[in-house]
Amino acid sequence: MITLAKKLLSDASGKANLDVGDIVICNVDLAMIHDSGGPRRVKPILERLKRNVWNKKKIVVVTDHYVPVENDETRAIQALTKKWVKDNEIDNFYDEQGICHIVLPERGHLTPGLFCVGGDSHSPTGGAFGAYMFGIGATEMAGVLATGSIWIQTPETILMLWQNQLRKYVTAKDMMLAMCRKIGMGGGRYQAIQFAGETIRNLPMQERMTLSNMAAELGAQAGLIAPDETTIAYVEAAGGQVPINWRDFQIETAEETSNITQFDAANLSPQIAAPHSPENSDNACEFRDTAFDVAYIGACTGAKYIDLLAAADVLKGKRIAKGVILKVAPASLRDQHRAAEDGIMQILEDAGADFLANSCGICAGYGEDRLADGQVCISSTARNFKGRMGAQSSSVYLASPYTVAASAVTGMLTDPRLVMED
Amino acid sequence: MPRLWRLEGTIDTDVLAPGFYMKSPLPELADHCLEAVCPDFARTVRKGDVLLSDANMGVGSSREQAAEVLKYLGISAVIAPSFAGIFYRNAINLGLPVFTIDESFMRTPSLANGARVKFNFDAPELLILDNATCIKLIPIPDFLKELILDGGLVPHLEKRFLQEGSHS
Ligand code: SF4
Repeated sequence: MITLAKKLLSDASGKANLDVGDIVICNVDLAMIHDSGGPRRVKPILERLKRNVWNKKKIVVVTDHYVPVENDETRAIQALTKKWVKDNEIDNFYDEQGICHIVLPERGHLTPGLFCVGGDSHSPTGGAFGAYMFGIGATEMAGVLATGSIWIQTPETILMLWQNQLRKYVTAKDMMLAMCRKIGMGGGRYQAIQFAGETIRNLPMQERMTLSNMAAELGAQAGLIAPDETTIAYVEAAGGQVPINWRDFQIETAEETSNITQFDAANLSPQIAAPHSPENSDNACEFRDTAFDVAYIGACTGAKYIDLLAAADVLKGKRIAKGVILKVAPASLRDQHRAAEDGIMQILEDAGADFLANSCGICAGYGEDRLADGQVCISSTARNFKGRMGAQSSSVYLASPYTVAASAVTGMLTDPRLVMED
Repeated sequence: MPRLWRLEGTIDTDVLAPGFYMKSPLPELADHCLEAVCPDFARTVRKGDVLLSDANMGVGSSREQAAEVLKYLGISAVIAPSFAGIFYRNAINLGLPVFTIDESFMRTPSLANGARVKFNFDAPELLILDNATCIKLIPIPDFLKELILDGGLVPHLEKRFLQEGSHS
């Protein structure tokens, strides 16, 4: 039996019996670009190549990085983005609607079996839908936009096999931080990682997206999850087209996958990763008595509807501690509206949260809210490299939205189970 | 004579192309390349110099400027026991030679910072002139070699389009 990665690449390249290491040219079903690495960078290359985009229906453009604009430079970037979209007659343009990796599936663009590229390193998020999706730089993206195809070296598959149920207040983010510690940031060596097992099958789509999203942190090219009824229900609700053969992609394991790492979800506690790497993770209780300045719930990784819900679960009827600030940047406008309808935004506000735009914001170190000199942050984002979220001397701890919210309540890094009654 | 820059530890894309200068034009961004780990780098690097880094070189974001600044500064090859995938692809697509080295060679004493070296793309190998050592690098598939020799993906596509055009 072949792996899911090989199945997807075979379909995209029209070549059967791929071996690991084989270089093939794949036809691209969808190319996603954003304001930072997109039009402003691909436009000059396309002009040099004297080529128009190969298929305007297969391109999705999202503005999320330089949002809101803060100066003339970023204003010019957004103006260029809008003009390029117009000139190239691209209908799939989502302006300030949220972070690309969330907007893409929520508008029904992702479905099992697709072969997709994104101009952003967290593009493996698409793997949660049983699509092969990976991140590429602007030059490669220009090549894709000009030709509709891309070279790829058939990757090995590493299987992350998760058994049993997660305990309460333990999330996909905690699973991921535990995987980062276990296999390291280079552990993926650009393979395809596949998440499988009972724990994964029981996760809702937005939690699966957190896993696939941070496959990037494991050094993988793609972070795949075989589609099942949960996937199909999400895609249908989002207005996507489910392929009739979607069951062909239900490949969870393969005999040839020699590289299997097993995990027991029932033994997992909430995790925190210390500065400056996601692999510096440990049980949250090991970090008690650690003070911080800013609690941040944001990013494609940690501010989706389900993440806001988790934070509200902790913050309901509570106030954040004196001396700390809590900033929340919901990952998409739709998720924010849904959270508002369900009273979640009110709970967060009553607890003392400040709200930021539905964009990358501090996660990318952009905007006036970025971390100041020496500030310490506990964050639901994916990366805590030195200086990433602001000043070089700032530092970031990574955790789940539960843990970020619980820490905001006590003013110290806190295992969320300590502030919950049940 | 080209020299070797031996970088220690994890070199991520923020170290190569700091986020704060990403809005700036390439020459300005290049001035800050590696400044967090090697403040003199951008000022003293010379054309043809070779970069040797520890494992997982270029980990981090998809920004291709991380590879582009190195090419701009004249680096002739980046060598490491392993590369982060996106950085590796970006480098090749920009025509910057990237080669993997067997981990065991990393302990070779003469592979020291400042060593006088000569990089041979075709072999591929790295000659250390100080003591006439030759270190074999891991060969890459012909397709990737061709991309690099063409000068990267854009010139490669230009060549292809020209050929296609002349057929039609
Ligand atoms: S929210 Fe952060 S991790 Fe996600 S796309 Fe934006 S910058 Fe990247």
